[in-house]
Amino acid sequence: MSPDSAPAVQEPDPVPAPPSLAALFLAFARMSLAGFGGVLVFARRAIVEQHRWMTADEFNETFALCHFLPGPNIVNLSMVFGSRLRGIAGGVAAFAGLLLPPTLIMTVLAIAYARFGDLDVLRRSLAGISCAAVGLLIAVVFRMMTPLLKRADPLALILMLGVFLAIGVLRLPLPAVLLVAIPVSIGATFFLRRKVAA
Amino acid sequence: MNAESPIWALISTFGLMSLFAVGGAAAAVPEMHRIAVEVHHWMTDKQFTDAYAIAQLSPGPNVLIVTLIGYAVAGIPGALAATLAMCLPTALLAYYVSRLLNRPSQSRWPGLIQAALVPLSIGLMAASALILAQSTDRTIAALLLTAMVAVIASVSRINPLWLLLAGGLFGFAGIV
Repeated sequence: MSPDSAPAVQEPDPVPAPPSLAALFLAFARMSLAGFGGVLVFARRAIVEQHRWMTADEFNETFALCHFLPGPNIVNLSMVFGSRLRGIAGGVAAFAGLLLPPTLIMTVLAIAYARFGDLDVLRRSLAGISCAAVGLLIAVVFRMMTPLLKRADPLALILMLGVFLAIGVLRLPLPAVLLVAIPVSIGATFFLRRKVAA
Repeated sequence: MNAESPIWALISTFGLMSLFAVGGAAAAVPEMHRIAVEVHHWMTDKQFTDAYAIAQLSPGPNVLIVTLIGYAVAGIPGALAATLAMCLPTALLAYYVSRLLNRPSQSRWPGLIQAALVPLSIGLMAASALILAQSTDRTIAALLLTAMVAVIASVSRINPLWLLLAGGLFGFAGIV
């Protein structure tokens, strides 16, 4: 808060007053609890539109970074956003805000499931919810696949199918599959783009 | 509890898995299933799909299915250990990488790598759907419900929560 110590001169920051750690924690807790089936939409609304902590471009750029790194994207995002605004303490505050409330809820649900999961009513209801959840996942897969199908990009489709078969049908371990698939995919994408550019 | 510390097994399993979770939580579901059901027998197939359903129905990031797996293995400490192991290492990695690239980079590598990872993560998510469907959709009615939800969610912008609750009602009524 003290304006006399300004260490980063090279970084002109358009954000006027960085939020307090408590404000970061609360903002991420709120978007996390609002986010049924995905927090990203709520995160964008809160950070860009409601609090104006970042511009839409800054948000997209940060999200792209978190998307290409491994791990749960929105969790990565909380740490990167928080730390850009308030250093590592801000990152931890946003991370904790995002995860603490839903983890507590999930733990209560786990206890309830362990105790009542065998009740017939609950078993049947959960079976129905599972069917719907799988349907939702299939819809997401189709929506993501559409651009690849439209471009009729053979390389992408072969890689997609290969990973699907290796993991879904052959049930091979994920690290082994990705240690082959990632270098192949990056190498092929690199050479194809260079050929197009040349 | 086992003689070998189950907490440590959770931490090492999910800590390693998070580093390979390309494309987020849904892409890691097949690996979670392989390890929790097939390798360690921490839970049954049915318990795993229930955990997936509960995680979808609850608020917060979908990755928190690991909280439920952790609880099944080692109670509340297991729930917390699994959650932190899955979330913290990659969050710290993201923090360090974002500091390295703290100005908008002119390099085309991030874009290229991302383009290369997209088909892989779609393949992983399709594998998730297959594995979950194999344990969920054992009757014609269940298969129809899944197909119906997939179509409705594809063509409309309805809030997914309503479709999950509708699925729960169908189940409650004993239809699937």
